[in-house]
Formats: sequence, C-alpha cells, structure tokens
Amino acid sequence: MEARLRVRRYDPSTDGTPTYQSYAIEVAGSATILDTLLKIREQVDGTLAFRCACRSAICGSCAMRVNGVSRLACKTKVVSVAARGQEVTVEPLANLPVIKDLVADMEPFYDKMRAVIPWLEIDPAKRMPLREYLVDAARSMKLSQYAACIQCAVCYSACPIVAIDDRYLGPAALTKAFRFCHDPRDDGTALRLARVAQEQGLWRCHTIFSCAEQCPKAVNPTEAIQGLKRIALLRRLGLGRKA
Amino acid sequence: MRAALEVAREGVDVALLSKVYPLRSHSVAAQGGINAAVGDDDSWENHAYDTVKGSDYLGDQDAIEVLCREATDDIIELERMGTVFSRRPDGRIDQRPFGGAGFPRTCYVADITGQALLHVLHEQVLKLNVRTYDEWFVTSLIVEDGRCRGAVAMNMRDGRIEALPAKAVIVAAGGFGRIYTPTSNSLISTGDGHALAYRAGAPLMDMEFVQFHPTTLKESGVLITEGARGEGGYLLNAEGERFLARYAPNKMELAARDVVSRAEQTEIDEGRGVDGCVLLDLRHLGKKLINERLFQIRELALDLTNTDFVDAPVPVRPGMHYAMGGIKTDADGASPIDGLYAAGECACVSVHGANRLGGNSLLETIVFGRRAGKAAAEYAEGQPSPQVTPAAAERDTKAIAELMSRPPDGERMADLRAEMGAAMNKGVGIFRTRDGIAAALDKVRELKRRWRNVQVQNKGKVFNLELLSVIELGFMIDLAEVIALGALDREESRGAHSRRDFPDRDDQSWMKHTIAYQRPDGPQLSYAPVTKTRWEPEKRVY
Repeated sequence: MEARLRVRRYDPSTDGTPTYQSYAIEVAGSATILDTLLKIREQVDGTLAFRCACRSAICGSCAMRVNGVSRLACKTKVVSVAARGQEVTVEPLANLPVIKDLVADMEPFYDKMRAVIPWLEIDPAKRMPLREYLVDAARSMKLSQYAACIQCAVCYSACPIVAIDDRYLGPAALTKAFRFCHDPRDDGTALRLARVAQEQGLWRCHTIFSCAEQCPKAVNPTEAIQGLKRIALLRRLGLGRKA
Repeated sequence: MRAALEVAREGVDVALLSKVYPLRSHSVAAQGGINAAVGDDDSWENHAYDTVKGSDYLGDQDAIEVLCREATDDIIELERMGTVFSRRPDGRIDQRPFGGAGFPRTCYVADITGQALLHVLHEQVLKLNVRTYDEWFVTSLIVEDGRCRGAVAMNMRDGRIEALPAKAVIVAAGGFGRIYTPTSNSLISTGDGHALAYRAGAPLMDMEFVQFHPTTLKESGVLITEGARGEGGYLLNAEGERFLARYAPNKMELAARDVVSRAEQTEIDEGRGVDGCVLLDLRHLGKKLINERLFQIRELALDLTNTDFVDAPVPVRPGMHYAMGGIKTDADGASPIDGLYAAGECACVSVHGANRLGGNSLLETIVFGRRAGKAAAEYAEGQPSPQVTPAAAERDTKAIAELMSRPPDGERMADLRAEMGAAMNKGVGIFRTRDGIAAALDKVRELKRRWRNVQVQNKGKVFNLELLSVIELGFMIDLAEVIALGALDREESRGAHSRRDFPDRDDQSWMKHTIAYQRPDGPQLSYAPVTKTRWEPEKRVY
C-alpha cells in the first residue's frame, strides 16, 4: 500500500522556521510509522533525521507525535492512524526543543529524571541482609509496573501541565520517584520528597490522565503521582511509615 | 555501564561514550532472564557444566568457571541496587527454567529483564555521577606504539570529530546482528565495537559461531523470549505435533538453542512448517500467567502479528540473534593490545564457545563488565597521561570528508545492506555447506568493493544518520568477511556452526578457537587451543 507522511522538517543550522514535507512511498500493509520513515530515509531522502533502535517498543528512542498524539513510531501501524491513502502528520515530541526534524533535545527531560534521586537510596547505617532482600511477590510485581517505564518521554510530550509550566517535573520523573518511595528496600523517601513535594513537583499534577492514556507501556504515571501524594500527605500528618 | 561503575568505584576518572543514550542500548531488549546458581539445590559447578556442554566444548572452561562462580554475588548486588526481580512466595528471587539448563536457574523480571537491569545500572551511573558522552559515534580507536590511547569520535549533534585521549579503553558495544536479515537485533547492532578493534589490530575470535534464536517473529525478526518455553510453552509443527520429541526427547522445547533452531528449520525444510514457520503455543499456560510473566511478548505479538498468545499459537522461526565470537580477551577483559579491553557481546572470553545458553549473555555483561572495569582501572593508574597526535583525528576527518563528497549517483547503502543480509542468512545461516558459504563470501567481497561507491546524499552536520549508516555498513562488511571465512575453513559441525557436508563434531582437528587478524588483503586466520579444566568432551544429547 502507499503510505503518505507529512513530516515536520527543521534544521536549526540552516532553517529559520520549521516546514512540512510530504512523502509518499510503497510499504507493506503491516508497516509501522517507523518502517515508513526508515524506508523514506534509505530510499528517498537521506537528510531526514529521527531516532530509533529496537523496533520493539522497549528502548524508548522513537517517540514522536503522530497526528498530534505522542506515540512510539515502532508501535504505531500506518493503517491504525490513517484511513486508506490519508496523509499522516509526523512531528517531534512536544514540550522539548528540536535538534533536527523529529529528533527532540531530550536533555530537559533527562535533567528532571535526574532531579528526583532516581536510584535506590540505602541508609549506610542499615544492617544489610546476608543475601537478597526479601520482597513480597505482589509488591515486586507492582513495582515492576513502574520500573517498566522506558523513559521515552511520550507522557512528557502529552502532559498539558508541562506545556504551560516548563519547570514542572512531569509524569515520568514523578513516577520514578514513586517507584523508589514505594520500594520497601529504599530509605530515600524524605530526601526525595524534599525534591518533589513542591509546587513544580507532584502538587502540580491536575490528574488529567493524558500521560496514563498515551503511555505505550501501561505504566500509569497518574496513579503513581497519586501514590506519591499519599505518601507525602501521610508524612506531613506524622503517619509517615512506609506505605 | 557495569564496567564504568567499577572504574568509578576504583576512584579512577571514567566517561561513557555511546552513539545512543545509555537506556537505548540493545541490552534493553533482553527478555527472559539472567542465570545464577542462587537456588538452594543448585551449584555454580552445575551451571558451569551446563554452559560447557551448551558451548559444545568450545568454551574456555577456566573462563566459564569464573562466570558461574561469580554469578551469584553479582545477582545479589543487582538486587541490592534495586532490581525488581520477580519473587517467590517467600520473598526470595524467583527462577524459571531455561534452555540447556539442568536446573531452573534463570532469575527474571517478568519478560523485561534486560530493560530492568539496564535501567538499574543507569541509575547507578547517575548516582556515581559518571560523565557520559551521549550520541557520540566512534570512528576509530587510537593505537600508537602498540598501546590503545583513546578513540576518535563524532559528536552527532554538530558533526564535530574529536580525538579523545584515554589511558585505557573498554569496548562494550554489543553485537552485529544487522549483518543478517532478518535479525532479532536492534537497528544499532552493527558490530561497531568488533570492527573498531579489528581495524585497530586486535584479533577477533570464533566469529563463525552465530546464534539463531528459535523463536523470532517472521517478518520483523523481533524476539519472543525463551521464557515462553521456560514457562511451559510448546513448539508445534503443521500437524500439531510437539516435534522436539524426535530431536531432544529429554529436554524437548528446552534443549539448547542451536538444537531447537535446527529442529525447527528441519521441520520447515521437510514441509511440516506453517508458512515458513512453526507454531509457539502458550494457550495452556492461561491468561493470568501470560499477563504476569509474559506481558511484553503478548503485546508484541498482538502489535506485530495480530495474534494473541492467549487465544492462538503464534508463528515463529529461527532468527539471527547473537554473536558468540568477538574481540579476543582474557578473563579480565584485556585484549592482546595494551590498554584495550572488551566486555559483553563484542568480547570473546570465551564463555559461550560454539553456542550460548539463554540467560548467560546478561550475566556475561555483568561479570566481565565488572572485571574489565577493575582491570582497566588498575592498568590506567600506572599509565602516564596519554598524548595523542593530531594525526588520528585528521585521518578520520579526511575519510569522512571523502565520504561526504562522493557523487550523488552512487549506490544506495540500503541496497548493499539488503544483499549482504540475504547472502549471509542463506550461506552462513543455520545449515551451511562449502558452496553456500563460498557464495556468501564472494558476495561480501563484491560488496566490499562496491561500498567505495556508496553515496551520501545528506551533506549536513547535525544528526547525519545516513552518513553514520554508511560507516556502519563498512564495519559490517569487514566482519561478514571474517564470519564467512571462518565458517568456510571450519570443516566440522559444532554448536551453532552446522555443516551439512561435515555433520559431525571433530574434536581431534577442530576443538580449537579461530583467530582472525585484519591484513591488507583480508582476514588472516590462525587457531588457538581451548582451555579445559575438569570437563571432558562428551556426546551432546538433550
């Protein structure tokens, strides 16, 4: 079938403003947006820039906007977003600067991930177990739902709060914070809350659920942020045992 | 990243440099798990025996002992770093059965083990504040006076090429799956590390041993985890028969990967396949288990084949998956070139020999990443600050300028890559013959000539991925030649190297490693002995 893409092009070193370029190319009926972009770059236009790696929705490289919706290009079939022959608009992630074409500058997003103390924080005075920590199986499974975040920034691009407040930490970073605060092995909740329980942090979330809706990995950041709010509130009320 | 952590812990200045942000590396796609004898009734010796047997007696037994002995402490450390391992009811790390293993030894995080571990290591990299050069593409290693003194790399954001001096370099750049079409590997698995070391004068070892994973999706080559069979999945032919009963009556679907892949291909070749595939049937496992432990592959199969494992079997076939061979190193990751280390898939220690067991590759990256980091840090401490002559960067700058100035009417990178992928899959695939390999080798040599005429349309400096893909293709062609030549000369069948014209293993003549050095007229092969400690070669039955 013929896929028709309308791609936002931008090269900051030469162009003043972004332009849109249309491509039409034959692809298999099962082709994804990524398959189509690859074919365009390899056969039609070598100047087209976009990131990609695994093709199987786990590396988080190819997030972009497809008809205005933030998605992984490798997980989005052309036929699922366009009726036969219809043109699909492809743009870089929102809420981030653009390096070239569909390549967003991820640094502001990564900076916010780094800001939430995104690692298991262990009290050095704590007595360590001889072997592994024992963790309840159901708790571990719940944690793996949040650990399944691939940091693709789809949620960051989809979040209407990030769009109006670029200092807001955003759904992925807060989910990462919750993932550790909810981990029975972690001792960093107080430290982390000092970073995230503030106006540009978790209280800024208006539970609009765009992140949860568009997350390609069913992580449900909104739920995580609610969980984090609960931990913060309980702590403030002096009931701050590990939830 | 595991290597960088160890260097940082030793208090030595270290930086990570990669053509992708660290979370995008191909380890992220590992699904099924990581082996370690942490179970009460298991032992590292059992793990080592299974690995030696899996390797078809080509693995170096001293290195395998290191891998398996140190595995348990490394798993405990990964857990303490925060890995959300799937748990047993008593809270301990759960383990699932995996191919070629005599014990359920594979620790896992559902079917996203690689992602979980990669992210945990990245968290530690952030915690220790290791400097990273994200989206820098290495164009060559700097070797002067027989010592590795750094690398030349391009900053992809602005196209600038720089020489980066270093007292030691650890190459941990993954595999070369993209030499084959299709492959389960990421689009970035283009053998950069292998090729950079080879071009810098380091030897590659056992490159002809290429693993075909038994369960990849037909068109894309996307991986379906061995965990699907570990959890009890069946492989069926067109007649609905669990055909492994005729090939591996004891282990059935959980025989070693080379054995299962050959069985599948035989079924397909003899007309008992389904549209070039066999069927992976998980229906009897039930929706609950599939959703808890195999949710990612359920979604992948739904997305890519419109089939739901819960309701129907999914067509799968063997697909190129892993490079057993790589940069020859010792058990501390050291290559024969001073200051040059390697770890992970791009290295050949050798622990996998002629066939790798599932769950041993993540383990290798951790154990030997750590060991290479420690050894490189110790080495670097005794070295003076490296002086790099400008010649290194100038040479690459000139070579890239030449690439960019090629006339626009040359050949397309993608056409050459497709020809290489098809030729290698056909000639140097699961079953091989002298004529088939020779035809592939001829094709690769033809492509080597034609590569000089490949065009680069894109003359830009910012994120010029077309330019990088032409350089990557050059890397892969060099490696394809080594693979094919090694396969042509090895006149026996061992592990993943299966010659129809030499169907038996020949320990008398061929229980030895293939070593390849780059010479002006192509690879020069020689051979090195296999290290044996306590396991004598036996007939390999599953």
